Amino acid sequence: MTDPKERQDPRAVGEAMLAEATLGPDHDPAAEMVQHIAPPRNQWWDVWDQFKTHKGAMFGAAIFATIFVAVIFGPYVWRISPSYIDFTAMNGGPSLAHPLGTDSLGRDSLARLMTGGRISIAVGVTAMLISIFLGTLVGVLAGYSKMLDGPLMRLTDLFLALPVLPLLLVMVMLFRDALAHLMGLDMGIFTLIVTAIGITSWMHAARIVRGEVLALKEREFVLAARSIGTPPWRMITRHILPNVLSPVMVAATLGIAQAIITESVLSFLGLGFPPDFPTWGRLLYDGIQYMQQSPGLVIWPGLAISLTVLSVNYIGDGLRDALDPRVRGR
Amino acid sequence: MLNYTIRRLVLAVPTLLFISLIIFSLLKLAPGNPLGDLPLTIPPEVREKMREALGVNKPLLVQYLLWLKEFFVVEPLHLIDVIFGTHYSAGMQRIISWQTRSPVFDIIAQRIPQTLWVVGLAYVVGVLIALPIGILSAYKQYSVFDQTGTFAAMLGLAVPPFFSGVLMILIFSVYLNWFPAIYNTNLNVDSWHNFWLQIRQMVMPVLVLAIQTTSQISRYLRSSMLDNLSQDYVRTARAKGMSESRVVLIHVLRNSMIPVITVIALGVPSVFGGAIVTEQIFLVNGIGQLLITAIYANDLPMVQTITFIFAVLIVLFNLVADLLYGVLDPRIRYD
Repeated sequence: MTDPKERQDPRAVGEAMLAEATLGPDHDPAAEMVQHIAPPRNQWWDVWDQFKTHKGAMFGAAIFATIFVAVIFGPYVWRISPSYIDFTAMNGGPSLAHPLGTDSLGRDSLARLMTGGRISIAVGVTAMLISIFLGTLVGVLAGYSKMLDGPLMRLTDLFLALPVLPLLLVMVMLFRDALAHLMGLDMGIFTLIVTAIGITSWMHAARIVRGEVLALKEREFVLAARSIGTPPWRMITRHILPNVLSPVMVAATLGIAQAIITESVLSFLGLGFPPDFPTWGRLLYDGIQYMQQSPGLVIWPGLAISLTVLSVNYIGDGLRDALDPRVRGR
Repeated sequence: MLNYTIRRLVLAVPTLLFISLIIFSLLKLAPGNPLGDLPLTIPPEVREKMREALGVNKPLLVQYLLWLKEFFVVEPLHLIDVIFGTHYSAGMQRIISWQTRSPVFDIIAQRIPQTLWVVGLAYVVGVLIALPIGILSAYKQYSVFDQTGTFAAMLGLAVPPFFSGVLMILIFSVYLNWFPAIYNTNLNVDSWHNFWLQIRQMVMPVLVLAIQTTSQISRYLRSSMLDNLSQDYVRTARAKGMSESRVVLIHVLRNSMIPVITVIALGVPSVFGGAIVTEQIFLVNGIGQLLITAIYANDLPMVQTITFIFAVLIVLFNLVADLLYGVLDPRIRYD
């Protein structure tokens, strides 16, 4: 062990570490040893390193970040109001004053696209949060408690058998006016759509989380925690939840894309947001009538939806690889 | 196997009952009055009679049970009557649409052929395109073809049907003028010329629906093929001198198709859902378009029935997928 030639070998370094631990810190090779041990790293740095190797995911992240920044900060730079009606510039093509043209009332398409994006992404993220919350709740309860497992999983199966799109359409049709009276037009419809999408899309997350929890329950650290008398609530929040974070994150990313598509389908069928509250789906729906004169009205919102969904899906793909410890480091 | 089938069929009953209850209560809990659109000058006693005629004055539970009876007893009996010329269902109340005052199932029967033609053909076309793509991308993993295929599938899943449909109309109808933008349901296929017209008007809706199917199925087939290609039996087959095409197309493909076929079965109901959007774009007057118009017209019996039919399809094809899996894969026996 004291042979200096051997110390270059990583295994020898490991043995030296052991020696240090047993012989005490004043053991001589310890000073040299410190250089061999990498500084402690957060595990998220490893995840990031793996994520960086996935080209599609990096590309997707870049595109999504661009869309996100453009949609959030764009309206502060491009200061034309999305609802400003200008009859002198109806159905205009791309020009310096209106880079993406104007719609049938002379409203600026770029400004409307950015406002629409804010709503679309907000709907996607909020609906995802609701569905992930419900999914994690059901999944953890079903996985952790034997008594609840059967009923909750039957419930999940039942929800999976629901015809989602027709039900969403029915829900929006029936409750739109009531909620609009209650909370105001924009908030009412936003709450309705977000809740409706959330409560019809939590099932996959619940299944994934339940599977993970069932596997985690058999692990030694859970046994150890239980043996020192950890109460169930602390067990779940402290030991189970942090360990199901990875699959939940992947499900959440893909959930955003799904929610954005569902919202735009509703808006496209005329049962989503009202016309003065433009989401990308609604803009596309409104543009179809004028498709022949100004195809840009259809193409830009459609492209925005497709690009967002594509980039989010790629991010989800990359995250799945990066968060999987079996793939990481290969 | 028979035992399992029977058990699954019995289990499907409470599932369907629960779903019907959800659909029914959603529609009944909703605010709104079926007579809300009628003029206020109608006297109250006439109004009461109208409510009775619509069947909305009875207690909710009775309404629910009546609807179930109409759906599960009267309508099947009527179907038997129509087929065999019997009179079992004579005098029984059928589900009546508020919009047209005719039986809901008669209207659905008129609309179903259009949907089945477009949706069914699209699904078949989608699967047929997916097969070679999936096989080739797995066989030549990480090749240019595989990379392109993966990207195309991601694209196909990301571009929503209402955008791809509109884009196709823009390119092929507006600019190139190759295909008609509107599906003409009155077209009677009685000559070669009309047959040609029918094909031309079906190309775009079928393609839009097929893109989604192809992207999904080809991904599944690829990963399933990859799993099988590294198995020992493949090496054995090669070692005993089988031709490569025989190894891949017969041995590997047959084993890889087992999970894919269940995915194909599971996907059938969701394609009907996707048809709602596609029919709206190309103005095909199928069952999806019927649902949308019924929703706009507040025609609750129609909405209720179509939504429930979708649910029945989902439960049915879930069952079919599970049973197919057991039949196709001898390693799985439900006993």
